[in-house]
Amino acid sequence: MLTKRIIPCLDIKDGRTVKGVQFEGLRDAGDPVALAARYALEGADELVFLDITATNQKRTTLIHLVRDVARELDIPFTVGGGISTVADVEALLLNGADKVSINSAALHRPELIDELARRFGSQCIVVAADARNNPENGWQIYTRAGTHNTERDAVAWCREAADRGAGELLLTSMSNDGTKDGFALDLTGAVARAVSIPVVASGGAGRIEHFTEVFQTARAHAGLAASIFHFGEIGIRELKEHLQAEGIPMRL
Amino acid sequence: MDIAVVDYKGGNVQSVLFALERLGVQAMLTADPEVIQRADKVLFPGEGEAASAMRELRAQGLDQVLPTLTQPFLGICLGMQLLGTHSEENDATMLGILPFEVKRFPTVPDYQVPHMGWNNLRRPRSPLFAGLREADFVYFVHSYYAPVGDYTIAEAEYPAPFSAAVQHRNFYAVQFHTEKSGPVGTRILENFLNL
Repeated sequence: MLTKRIIPCLDIKDGRTVKGVQFEGLRDAGDPVALAARYALEGADELVFLDITATNQKRTTLIHLVRDVARELDIPFTVGGGISTVADVEALLLNGADKVSINSAALHRPELIDELARRFGSQCIVVAADARNNPENGWQIYTRAGTHNTERDAVAWCREAADRGAGELLLTSMSNDGTKDGFALDLTGAVARAVSIPVVASGGAGRIEHFTEVFQTARAHAGLAASIFHFGEIGIRELKEHLQAEGIPMRL
Repeated sequence: MDIAVVDYKGGNVQSVLFALERLGVQAMLTADPEVIQRADKVLFPGEGEAASAMRELRAQGLDQVLPTLTQPFLGICLGMQLLGTHSEENDATMLGILPFEVKRFPTVPDYQVPHMGWNNLRRPRSPLFAGLREADFVYFVHSYYAPVGDYTIAEAEYPAPFSAAVQHRNFYAVQFHTEKSGPVGTRILENFLNL
């Protein structure tokens, strides 16, 4: 039986792991290669690396980091941040990334999803979508690390990304990110119902029950979190054992 | 021992090279038919799209060379599918080493495509799986699959059974990413190196 996945996310800035609250106020959380190895050993099902300062001059640093991580890691990992061309994707895959996630560039030019899926196959193209719940307009998609409101409806955009060939959605609720009050169940559920590709829920995990909810109520395929793992608040094995006991299929 | 990893611009070859490196093996990444023919073992990883992969293999003349190999050969993911006769993915004609036709997973409620994540190996029955337990987990990422047949040496279910691994003579192949399947995957690679 296909299991639900638990995915630690490492936000990378200048080669270090950092974590903020609602996309701001970054705090150092350690050496990414060491963290990655630790998570793999503890039973993480996958890892996600998001380069949050991806600019042209930082690109080489990221590629080196990807290579160092890939050399150590025997589980899949996704790399995102600042990816906008076929060449960017090729460089990451050649250095050991298993999947890439694209965000702003896909909203800027949606055909990029089609092009990447055709060139590399849907299985390694993840579309990351950052959504914020606005009182008047509901869930809308933001780009450029959450600074720019595209005014696009979150569910509609996720459906388009899937139709264009994305193999997976990494759906982050900016409204929940870093709050530890739980995932955005309404948003995650609406997207999971609207598409037929896997949905990774992200933003807001603080307790074990939050994962139970996002799998059972919102039907997410994977749950992603950062700080609760980085700062040792919840152990990955402990989390997976709890979820298994609740009847959620886990790889243990 | 000379290990050749076939280079046909098929995606995540680097992951396979690193996995071999963790086992202390320095493999050669090559598209040179002579180097591949001389190697003691050949790995054929793959990720990506079937028709472009076949185009690349033809451009390098590898579509003629690979079927004639006699040393232990391990296809991975797309590298397994390419051993079949035909794929529904862009109507690609494949290498035809094994008699299966690659199909797209049907749309079934609650079964997303791609089949992505950790799933159990059912009835693993080959020296390739020595030391594994029934229902050990391995990592899959694919939208197309090979049906179960005489050549099947392990199954997985999504929701219907499909070939998780196949074998014909010296040609072994796995649909999952053995290089990304944790300690279970490492053991399978080790078993292959010991064939």
